[in-house]
Amino acid sequence: MGKLIYLDNAATTKVYPEVFEAMKPYFMEDYGNPSSIYSFAGKSKKAVDDARRTIADFIGAKENEIYFTGGGSESDNWALKAAVDGYKSKGNHIITSKIEHHAILHTCEYLEKHGCEVTYVDVDENGVIKLDELEKAIRPETILISVMFANNEIGTIQPIKEIGEIAKKHDILFHTDAVQAYGHVPINVNELDIDMLSASGHKTGGPKGIGIMYLRNGLKIGSFIHGGAQERNRRAGTHNVPGIVGFGKATEIARDSLEERSAKEIRLRDRLIDGILEKVPYARLNGHRTTRLPNNVNISIQFIEGESMLILLDQKGICASSGSACTSGSLDPSHVLLAIGLPHEIAHGSLRLTLSEETTEEDVDFVIENVEQIVTRLRSMSPLYDDFVKKNS
Amino acid sequence: MYSEKVMDHFSNPRNVGEIENPSGVGTVGNAKCGDIMRIFLDIDENQIIRDCKFKTFGCGAAVATSSMATEMVMGKSVQEALEVTNVAVMEALDGLPPVKVHCSLLAEEAIHAALWDYAEKNGITIEGLEKPKADINDEE
Repeated sequence: MGKLIYLDNAATTKVYPEVFEAMKPYFMEDYGNPSSIYSFAGKSKKAVDDARRTIADFIGAKENEIYFTGGGSESDNWALKAAVDGYKSKGNHIITSKIEHHAILHTCEYLEKHGCEVTYVDVDENGVIKLDELEKAIRPETILISVMFANNEIGTIQPIKEIGEIAKKHDILFHTDAVQAYGHVPINVNELDIDMLSASGHKTGGPKGIGIMYLRNGLKIGSFIHGGAQERNRRAGTHNVPGIVGFGKATEIARDSLEERSAKEIRLRDRLIDGILEKVPYARLNGHRTTRLPNNVNISIQFIEGESMLILLDQKGICASSGSACTSGSLDPSHVLLAIGLPHEIAHGSLRLTLSEETTEEDVDFVIENVEQIVTRLRSMSPLYDDFVKKNS
Repeated sequence: MYSEKVMDHFSNPRNVGEIENPSGVGTVGNAKCGDIMRIFLDIDENQIIRDCKFKTFGCGAAVATSSMATEMVMGKSVQEALEVTNVAVMEALDGLPPVKVHCSLLAEEAIHAALWDYAEKNGITIEGLEKPKADINDEE
C-alpha cells in the first residue's frame, strides 16, 4: 500500500509535533503534581495555568471559567447532569436537538429515566435546528438548552448566536457541545451568550483524554467527579499535566492558523464535494452546503452500503467513516442522517471524509477517482441498482 | 475485525451476477439493517444446481457470506443445498463478528427463497423447505 490518506479528522487528529514536544518535559522531568506545595511542582502548576489562560482567551472566557476534564464526553455529562441537579428547584425540562452526539443524547435518556423531561427539537433537511420549534418548546420549568455548535457527522454549524439569544431572553442556561467546532471555527462565549461549553483536545491536534468545560461564573453547577479540591472544587482528580499542556499548545496553533487553515480546507472540501457529485450519479451532499465545518464532507451514495465502501477505500490507503448501521455496531443507520430526512437505505450509503491541513489537492483527486471506481464496482453487484436501472430503462 | 477468508470473499467475490431465465430466484432483505441479497439458481432436470449467482447490497460480511454460500451450493442437489445453513457458511468463512451473524442468516434465507421459487415454478415439494419470510427481522 502506498501513502496513507487520513480523512477521518472528525474522529481524531494527529498530534502537532510542537504539541508533542511541549508535552514531553511533563512526563519525566517536571512530573510534579500541580497541587503540591514544594517548588518542584511549581513548573507543573504554571504549565496548567498557562494552558488555561490560552484556552480562556481563545474562546473569550475568563481563566477561572475553564475547567479541565477527561474529554468531551465527560464535559457533556457534567453539563447536563449538574444542571439538572443545580436547577431542580426551577424545573426538570431540557431542550436539545435530534442530531446531538451520543454523549448528549444518551445522557438525556439517562436523565429521562431519572425524572427529567427532554424535548428533542427537529432539524431541517440541511441539519439546521428549527429555531421556531426550539422557542415553542420552552416551558416555565425549562432549565437548559443544549445544542451542539457543529455536527460531527454532517458538519452543519448551528445558529448558535440565535439560540444563545433565545436562551438569554427566557433566562435559561445554554450549553453547547463544541467538540467538533473548537479550533476549527471562531468561538466567543460572550458574543454568543454561551453559559457552558464542552471541547476536546484531540479533535484539533491535541492529545486524547483531555477536554474542557467552560462554565460561566455564577452558575449553580456543582461537582461531577467528586474527590480532591482540584479545579476550584469542581472537578476532582490529579491534573493531567501533559494533556493540559498539549491542549494549550494545540489551542495556540489552532488559533494562529485558523484563518489560513480553514480557507485551505474549504477550498479542498469544495473540490472534494464537487468532484464526487460530478463523477458519481445518484449521490447527494448531506449537511448545509456552506454553513458547515471547513473540513467536513458527507455524501450519501444510493444503492450501495457504507461499510463496503470503507473497506475498499481502506485497501487504497484511504481512512474514512460512514453512518451506515454496519459501522455503528447497531442495526440502525446514523440518527443524524435519519433526522435530516434520509430514508434508511440511503443513510446506509453515507461516506464521511474529514480533512486536515495536511490534506493536499492530489489526495483529494485520488479520493475522488477511487470513490468513483468503488461505487461503480459495488453498484455492479447491487440488486437495488439493478432494480433501479430496470425500472428506468 | 474480519477473518482473512471473509476479506478474500469480499475483495474477490465469487459468482457475482445474474442468470438469465433462472430456475429459481430469491431476494431477501432487511431494509432496516441495509442488507439485501438476491440469489439466482440454475437447476437441471436431476435437481442438481448447475449454476448459482448473486447480487448483494450490504456490508463486507453480507457480500462475503453471499459469495461463500453460492460456492457451497454449486453442484449440489436441491436437497443437499438445504443443508447449507448459516452456521455452515460462517464456519466456512472462519467465523463472523457477533454483530454480523445476521448476514449469514440472510444468505441461508436467500438460498431457501430461490429454492422455494424453483419448487413453486415446477410444482414440486422439497422436503424440509419452508416458505421464506419476506424479512428475516420479522420475528425479532
